[in-house]
Amino acid sequence: MNDSPPSPLVQIREVTKKFGGVTAVDRVSLDILRGELFAILGSSGCGKTTLLRLLAGFEEPTSGRILIDGADMTDVPPYERPVNLMFQSYALFPHMTVAQNVAYGLKKEHVPADRIRERVAEMLALVKLEALAGRKPEKLSGGEKQRVALARALVKRPKLLLLDEPMAALDKKLRQHTQFELANLQYQLGTTFVVVTHDQSEAMTLASRIAVMAEGRIAQVGTPGQVYEFPANRYVASFVGNINLFDGRVTAAGNGQLSVKCETLGSDELSVISGGEIAPGSTVCIAVRPEKITISRQAPEARDRNVIKGTVWDLAYFGDQSLYRVRLKSGAELQVSAQNLRRSEKMTVEWDDEVFLSWEVASTVLLQS
Amino acid sequence: MSNEATGNGGQALRWLRRTVALPYLWLLLFFLAPFLIILKISFADPIVAQPPFTPLLEWGAQGLAGLKATFENYAYLFQDGYYGIIYLASLKMAAIGTILCLLLGYPMAYFIARQSPRRRQILLMAVILPFWISFLLRVYAWIGLLNNRGVINEFLLWLGVIDHPLTMLYNDFAVYLGIVYSYLPFMILPLYANLERHDHDLLDAAADLGARRWQRFVDVTLPLSVPGIIGGCLLVFIPTVGEFTIPALLGGADTLMIGRVLWDEFFINRDWPVASAVSVVLLLLLVVPILWFQYLQRREQDAGS
Repeated sequence: MNDSPPSPLVQIREVTKKFGGVTAVDRVSLDILRGELFAILGSSGCGKTTLLRLLAGFEEPTSGRILIDGADMTDVPPYERPVNLMFQSYALFPHMTVAQNVAYGLKKEHVPADRIRERVAEMLALVKLEALAGRKPEKLSGGEKQRVALARALVKRPKLLLLDEPMAALDKKLRQHTQFELANLQYQLGTTFVVVTHDQSEAMTLASRIAVMAEGRIAQVGTPGQVYEFPANRYVASFVGNINLFDGRVTAAGNGQLSVKCETLGSDELSVISGGEIAPGSTVCIAVRPEKITISRQAPEARDRNVIKGTVWDLAYFGDQSLYRVRLKSGAELQVSAQNLRRSEKMTVEWDDEVFLSWEVASTVLLQS
Repeated sequence: MSNEATGNGGQALRWLRRTVALPYLWLLLFFLAPFLIILKISFADPIVAQPPFTPLLEWGAQGLAGLKATFENYAYLFQDGYYGIIYLASLKMAAIGTILCLLLGYPMAYFIARQSPRRRQILLMAVILPFWISFLLRVYAWIGLLNNRGVINEFLLWLGVIDHPLTMLYNDFAVYLGIVYSYLPFMILPLYANLERHDHDLLDAAADLGARRWQRFVDVTLPLSVPGIIGGCLLVFIPTVGEFTIPALLGGADTLMIGRVLWDEFFINRDWPVASAVSVVLLLLLVVPILWFQYLQRREQDAGS
């Protein structure tokens, strides 16, 4: 890969797509960089597949424009775009062999037959399917089908490869393995990949950047770390990973910190680092991830930490970690996860224990509601 | 997609066997048994009696006395060039009729399969609707339409497009028209059933890989609809070869089809053995190529694994 600063390969500008009265994609603007493995994450019906189909050219935007490599794609049909799509169903041609499936795109480009053979062999080697070149798709396993679909979509060396839920049809064990292989392949080829998925862990493992979509709009774009640790809003915070949320009102501001009084916490106030100017009295949402919370029976030191009290209501032991559900006096529940770092038969915290929950002020997320 | 073997696969299979057994029983009773009777008669001699043929098995006082079978009827069919010509003519008419049905039926089935589910039902209904009226009546209706003083001629004469009536009845044209009209639904329905199941993703995938509309049809839709084409063609071709009503009612004196010959042998010549031989040969003519074709298909399928 070259060292020039990454320039956007795909520019999506104010794209809206309506189906009848339903707005599937709502004024989305997004840049996807060259050589990036980009994930579009969202629950079903959030418009992510429509966005993908807009990129592939199967749908035309109601308004807005899509540029790929600087060229306006709005009126370019799918068969003329430098883009290939790997379908969620794989959509392998059932009447063609593996090799014929992979060769299809090159045949439509009128590549000479001996070149086609070379390239197909190359691609099949890349996805380790040389031995199955003569098979029909019905005789392949799910993982093999997925690799054929991948080879077929990559054989034309597209500038942009779109992957629609690439792991959805695989079983869990195969999925993890395949995720790494896919990421490796992308690194090896340097092709820009856009993966659409509803699975946040898949997006986190695969992607260098993630766009979280909700109701046709982009809720946040960022690296997996940014999206997880610095969610932009309540939706992203609760969609990506587990999180504890408290609604509250700012009581005091100063020193770059806010004090927030939350109804569910009784008299205890939480401190949070404020990004900008937020006046006392405004309503905010405070969030903290379960793994950021320390659970203990002794009162912890309160310096730069938020501390609240509760009772262990439920406990799940997973070996490497334990998950606690702690009930506060107000009846609200918090999720806490703890790594079991010490080897011990007896757990330090048990059911019905009165416990202190504490976490760093810096680990507290401020969401404006 | 192949079905994966399930835990209670054996049970399912047994259930399937039991369910399939009933139609087989039906076929055995109403197709195989009559066929065996015809086969038996085809080996007999014609006599003036009731029934008008000699028995195959001779019974004496001590039970079975002998078997008297003759191949003369078959020999006669092959010696007299007349039958060979008529077989060929029937096959030709059926083949042309089938191709016409395919050319007309494929676009119709394709069009229906691409409509919204609601409109599909209406259109399919329209395809099936003619079955509500007797086949014979519908063929008769064509006589009224095609006749020299029929509706079409009268209308064209009134328009002034023609000054004397077109001969549209009692010739091959009328027979082809009758065949296409009567058997078109048998072409459309299996084709529709096939086309309707096609996965639209496949067409998108082809487009994504560089195929234009026409190429998508040739590369994806057409090869995947081959089973539907074969099914439709068999459903039209097989009954058309032996078709009697259409050539008898709409055809001219020179329209020779084996169905008419059969009728003549049975009811005019009252030569049941020769008539039976004619129908047995007809059956072999149809069944042998189909079995051979199925065998080839299965072999190709096995080769793909």
